[in-house]
Amino acid sequence: MRLRLNGIRKSFGATQALKGVSLSARAGAGLAVIGENGAGKSTLMKVLSGAHAPDAGTMELDGERYAPSDPLEARRRGVAMIYQELNLAPHLTVEENIVLGVEPSRWGLLDRRRRREEARKVLADLHTSISPSAPVSALTIAQQQLVEIARALVHEPRVLILDEPTSSLTGVDVEHLYAVLDRLRARGVSILYISHFLEECQRVCSDYVVLRDGESVGAGDLTTIPMREIIRMMVGREVNELYPRTPHTIQGPLLELRRLAGRPKPRSMSCVVREGEIFGLFGLIGAGRTETLRALFGLDEVESGTAHVGGMDVTGWSPRKQLRGGMALLSEDRKREGLLLNRSIAENLLITRPEPISRGGFLRLRAEQHMALDWMERLDVRAQGALQPVGELSGGNQQKVAFGRLLYHQARLLLLDEPTRGIDVGSKASIYRRIGRAAEQGKTVVLVSSYIPELLGVCDTIAVCCRGEVVAVKPAAEWNEHALISAAIGQSAEGEATGADEREL
Amino acid sequence: MSGTESVGFKAQLRRWVQVGGPFLGLVLVCLFFAFARDEFGDPARESIFKPGNLKIVLVQTVVVGIGALGMTLVIVSGGIDLSAGSLVAFCSVLGARLIVAGSSPVVVVLLAVAAGVGIGLLNGGAIAGFRLLPFIVTLGSMSIVRGAAKWLGKNQAISIPNDSGISAVMKVHSPETLFPLPHGVWIMLVLAAVTAVVLRQSVFGRHVVAVGSNESTARLCGVRVRSVKVAVYALAGFFFGVAGVMQLSRLTQGDPTVAVGLELDIIAAVVIGGASLSGGSGSILGAIVGALLMALLRNGTSQLGWANYVQEIIIGSVIVLAVGLDKWRQGRAK
Repeated sequence: MRLRLNGIRKSFGATQALKGVSLSARAGAGLAVIGENGAGKSTLMKVLSGAHAPDAGTMELDGERYAPSDPLEARRRGVAMIYQELNLAPHLTVEENIVLGVEPSRWGLLDRRRRREEARKVLADLHTSISPSAPVSALTIAQQQLVEIARALVHEPRVLILDEPTSSLTGVDVEHLYAVLDRLRARGVSILYISHFLEECQRVCSDYVVLRDGESVGAGDLTTIPMREIIRMMVGREVNELYPRTPHTIQGPLLELRRLAGRPKPRSMSCVVREGEIFGLFGLIGAGRTETLRALFGLDEVESGTAHVGGMDVTGWSPRKQLRGGMALLSEDRKREGLLLNRSIAENLLITRPEPISRGGFLRLRAEQHMALDWMERLDVRAQGALQPVGELSGGNQQKVAFGRLLYHQARLLLLDEPTRGIDVGSKASIYRRIGRAAEQGKTVVLVSSYIPELLGVCDTIAVCCRGEVVAVKPAAEWNEHALISAAIGQSAEGEATGADEREL
Repeated sequence: MSGTESVGFKAQLRRWVQVGGPFLGLVLVCLFFAFARDEFGDPARESIFKPGNLKIVLVQTVVVGIGALGMTLVIVSGGIDLSAGSLVAFCSVLGARLIVAGSSPVVVVLLAVAAGVGIGLLNGGAIAGFRLLPFIVTLGSMSIVRGAAKWLGKNQAISIPNDSGISAVMKVHSPETLFPLPHGVWIMLVLAAVTAVVLRQSVFGRHVVAVGSNESTARLCGVRVRSVKVAVYALAGFFFGVAGVMQLSRLTQGDPTVAVGLELDIIAAVVIGGASLSGGSGSILGAIVGALLMALLRNGTSQLGWANYVQEIIIGSVIVLAVGLDKWRQGRAK
């Protein structure tokens, strides 16, 4: 065994983040560390990378005691960590970043030649053509990630830990990353891989360990275990159906976009969404889906084209006016746009519709708190109370609050932009149930998502965008994963794209 | 489930510090003065804590305190207003000229405050309309308004009669007892109470907080971000105008060179009171306590016979300490 952990415990004040985690990772193999948000994955990784010392338990690296006092010692021992957020100095060059903290030197002066050599060597190992002298700020996100990995390779790593490494990568770059990881595994490096996407874990890893509430609750061979079983272990109960189908009736057209163009995107979006429908929008990153929602809702400027809701022209209305008219938007970026992070759950939930809890422009604080608690229970938000700052909650619970705001607002038309990005399976299921129930109540949902199983599972109709235009619209049942991707990259047959659906304008 | 789980000790401590921090600071300062001895080795507490002196401390709090009400709104909305000191000077000079010209006190107050609101509107309009940085805009208006005040006062202080209606506002009667307090102190307390309710409990107050916490989110939630910003700077101008009248009343003269650097005292009071300079949180009660704490520090150290520079060093340290506490408090929410 390359790495063995036994009974690791870690508390922060009264909170027990890890209550007993045991795992073992083989050399030259991938171990998927699976768990919901808040299950203790991040804390465990920080213990492994030397950022936190465990309160109890033992760690062994290749049979020797492993107890790093800081991240640098962990790296020297060959345990390297690639964080979800990249940690590079943008103004330094690639090679300066690669040797940062361990600069080769002679007589206290930098040895530039050796630095270049070392950087060249690890970059070559990664089969990349990134120039060692390029400034990091000039690289793409995918290239920056490779530089991070290169930085880890300087120390001849024995264990490489990756936390959600694909969250900011596109398809091709993800494949490249897989190839790099394959080569590292072949060289005997053992890989600890954290991802919300079980499909990714299966691609990279052969073993798994499942964490729940700070404990390891299961481990074994990832290639043979059914997905359902893993999900059951993660959430601690049977998830019968991740995508529940709630019966709902679809009526006449509600939202009509006619050649809607925004600045700088989309180019010309046309589609019809019917009342009571769950309407999916698929496309590659950059296809203009998010921008369509933003231009429609009034967050971005409309350049040309029109948007009608229920026959009324709402083109260019401000968000305030759209909200009054019953439209609401869930932002794809809940930290930067979706939530007031330092404010309470109550404020975040209820801000758009103060009328039921206020009198003459003044809020009734007690009514506000009751209303918030009531909604928190309905939405299954786990928190210390309605006045807890929303930024202290886990990602899944934050998202429930952000989504809950639309429901409390009683919006008739819900624009959801990547509503399940970066949240755990349990919270995802809860969001899907909520979407279903909204449709059941006759509300209309426009769902932008990059996650195909979710679109296929939840939507009635799916439209595919490519380069700022809708290229195909079909009932969800007539789509499959392959067809969606082909359409999104502009590969679909002419007839399929235009003739198949008379609803496309 | 919600609402029942025990709160982590550290989180609880943080929240307690947020609410109680300014009071704790005030208690510490009082404790210090309770044991300090002056240059002759006598306990200073008798002179500092005698009712007549406490009244003076309160009177010295009024200008900064009222200014801090406006500044709290601005800082909570994520902005800053550096023109506060110049505005106070401008309004006091304007008031003095009006009194000398024979206007009634009511007209003086109305026009001085209206001038404050007007300049606030200009600040807010530039910041919201052209999306300029509040720091830069108000740095500019700080200089412009100071210049205007000097022009208005022909570069000298304008004295007003001691028996005018305006002078009566801050006049101290029976200097040995705490009560009756001058009207100015009561005005500050009433304005503070009203502003606190508006900030905490009104829909407008919530929108101010939302804009300061995250402007994009506020927009997403249908808050009229620009109108809120303009309103906030106009309100701040209102409070600075009132503070200018108080200044005029206390000095019985309108001096265009007075209140230089006052904006920094006001900002310090707001920050000591628990507001975050990055916006989205702050308390009116805390700001008033912060203003009181600074006035007490100034008054107490001069009673001890300490040199002016010692006061400055101490007050500076208190400000840094307050900001440090703010950082620590926010540590977890980030």
